[in-house]
Amino acid sequence: MVDYQIVLVPFSLLALASLDPHVIPSSETPANAPIRLAGDICRIAGDWTVQSLASADQVAERRAQLARASSRTKWDLSHIARLDGVGALLLWHAWGQRWPAFIRISPGNRSVIDYLASLAGDPLAPPSAPDPLRGVRAVGGALLKAAWHALTLVRLLGQLALDVFGWLRAPAHGPWREVSAQVYRSGAQALGITALVGFLIGVVLSYLSASQLQTVGADQFIVRLLGVAITRELGPLLAAILVAGRSGSAMTAQLGVMRVTQELDALQVMGISVSQRLILPRVIALAMVMPLLVLWTGALALMGGMLAAYTQLGIPIGAFINALPEAISLANYGIGLIKGVAFGVTIALIGCHFGLLIEPNTDSLGRGTTTAVVTAITAVILVNAVFAISLRGVGL
Amino acid sequence: MTDAVIVAPIISVQQLRTAFGDHVIHDGLDLAVQPGEILSLVGGSGSGKTVLLRQMIGLMQPTSGSVTVFGRNLHTLQPTCRRLLSRRWGVLFQAGALFSALSVFDNVALPLRELRTLPEDLIRDATHARLVMVGLSTADGGKRPSDLSGGMIKRVALARALALDPALLFLDEPTAGLDPQRSDEFVDLVRGLHRQLGFTVVMITHDLDTLLALSSRVAVLADKRVLACATVEQILGVDHPFIRSFFGGERGRRALAPALSEESSHGKS
Repeated sequence: MVDYQIVLVPFSLLALASLDPHVIPSSETPANAPIRLAGDICRIAGDWTVQSLASADQVAERRAQLARASSRTKWDLSHIARLDGVGALLLWHAWGQRWPAFIRISPGNRSVIDYLASLAGDPLAPPSAPDPLRGVRAVGGALLKAAWHALTLVRLLGQLALDVFGWLRAPAHGPWREVSAQVYRSGAQALGITALVGFLIGVVLSYLSASQLQTVGADQFIVRLLGVAITRELGPLLAAILVAGRSGSAMTAQLGVMRVTQELDALQVMGISVSQRLILPRVIALAMVMPLLVLWTGALALMGGMLAAYTQLGIPIGAFINALPEAISLANYGIGLIKGVAFGVTIALIGCHFGLLIEPNTDSLGRGTTTAVVTAITAVILVNAVFAISLRGVGL
Repeated sequence: MTDAVIVAPIISVQQLRTAFGDHVIHDGLDLAVQPGEILSLVGGSGSGKTVLLRQMIGLMQPTSGSVTVFGRNLHTLQPTCRRLLSRRWGVLFQAGALFSALSVFDNVALPLRELRTLPEDLIRDATHARLVMVGLSTADGGKRPSDLSGGMIKRVALARALALDPALLFLDEPTAGLDPQRSDEFVDLVRGLHRQLGFTVVMITHDLDTLLALSSRVAVLADKRVLACATVEQILGVDHPFIRSFFGGERGRRALAPALSEESSHGKS
């Protein structure tokens, strides 16, 4: 008495079989049921490949059926159409990782499973146990890492100072071309975006202040307010944040890719100093370009503020311009420019520092660039706070 | 028992034309790859070997003509069907193209995990089996691709290409950048796996030793088409400047000497 179990033929199995022009299941293969358990004979048939197991629940279904077999089950694998590593593994797991006592199998398929049997004594290393002090370790590690970063940055700064002296001693050998290229890339090409952002922020600031000033009838103060705020604080900060995102990230990515492609090693081998040829030009270029960008951003922001003041408060453009020299002292302008230089050096140093730390993999490149930009912006705001506190009596 | 096996080519390229602007690379190119064979593509640089390979795996679209793999025209196929089809071939890229953010083990396990239906214990053991198969140890599984030597990268890439037991394997310069000993080991590995798993191989190579050791047939790309597609012995009889310079040089004679006297290369039987 043969008690055939009904097994639903998975649709995708048929679809896959029809996709393959070479392996047409032979006419004797019983209607695609992968497992038939009849009495103590278990017949395995059809496709036992990763492709056929790929459809949803196939593995779970077959596992559940295989689990019903007992240790006395006689296995008949002679009807298997195709067997590959994953399919064999499924059977091997079901057998408890050893050959069953009774089995009928073709020599080809036997060798597939034999291979798995040969691996049995070679288990994978168990995953390491979780560390109970992980949190403490993480905090300590982060602190040490921050200290290490600071130390490396100082070292980089020292190296750059030496490079500057070297340059002064032999000006003709200096990296003039690189500086000029960097000035163009991080300065000239940044004019558009800084202008747009500066202008819009000026308009917004002016609108907001105008509505507040109107309520107390101090309309004329808008010129002073905008003038001081933009030249001293907002202009430098806006320019610095934009440049950090634009040029700082580019520096990290550039140096990082050069590390990945071994270009840095090649430079070193040729006796060309990486810090002098790659980092110094970037730092100098940003130190030169940032004050100019600060001026430019501030000017555009004032223009935006002027237009908004004209439409909102009716202050004529001519009057606004005439009142500006009185509102902005030379000291305020000077502070803005000096801040620009400091921000430029900070951004370039941090960008290059993280660029040199990139490891040769894509993950590290992405993480390094993000860290560089975030650190650069944070550092710029920190430096700005130092300026604000130390110069609080000047020019206000 | 009637095992119906249709002997249709596993890949068939017909009247292929590829042009980048005015620059024509292939013009009226025909090629058929038979199941079970190891076909090598050779040709001078710029003859479009890599382009042809990329068209066979669907990374590039020809200007006109058709590329049929497993009986399906790659460039008119629905995206879902194409994805299903692409599970059935493996590609070994020239530089390995291992995912640098993943460990060796995760690289090899990725194609299995991407099926999203296999349980993790099965994936773990299958990946382990693959790693051992290409001659790597369990300890190598935890390494990062950046820590591997050139030969190891090729092995891991081969293990990943074989993760889904593909019927078709593409090898792009499998022994480029390996020293002769590693190169021989790799050739032995591919030959052993080919015998064991019975897949079809399409291979680009410049290395005559690899070519002679593995190929059952060689397709020579020159003059924008397949100049000849036959066994090495038959190719040697074709009179063409490229074939003369490729096989006839000092290196060629040295590599050919044992092969010609032996008269038996793998895969012909």
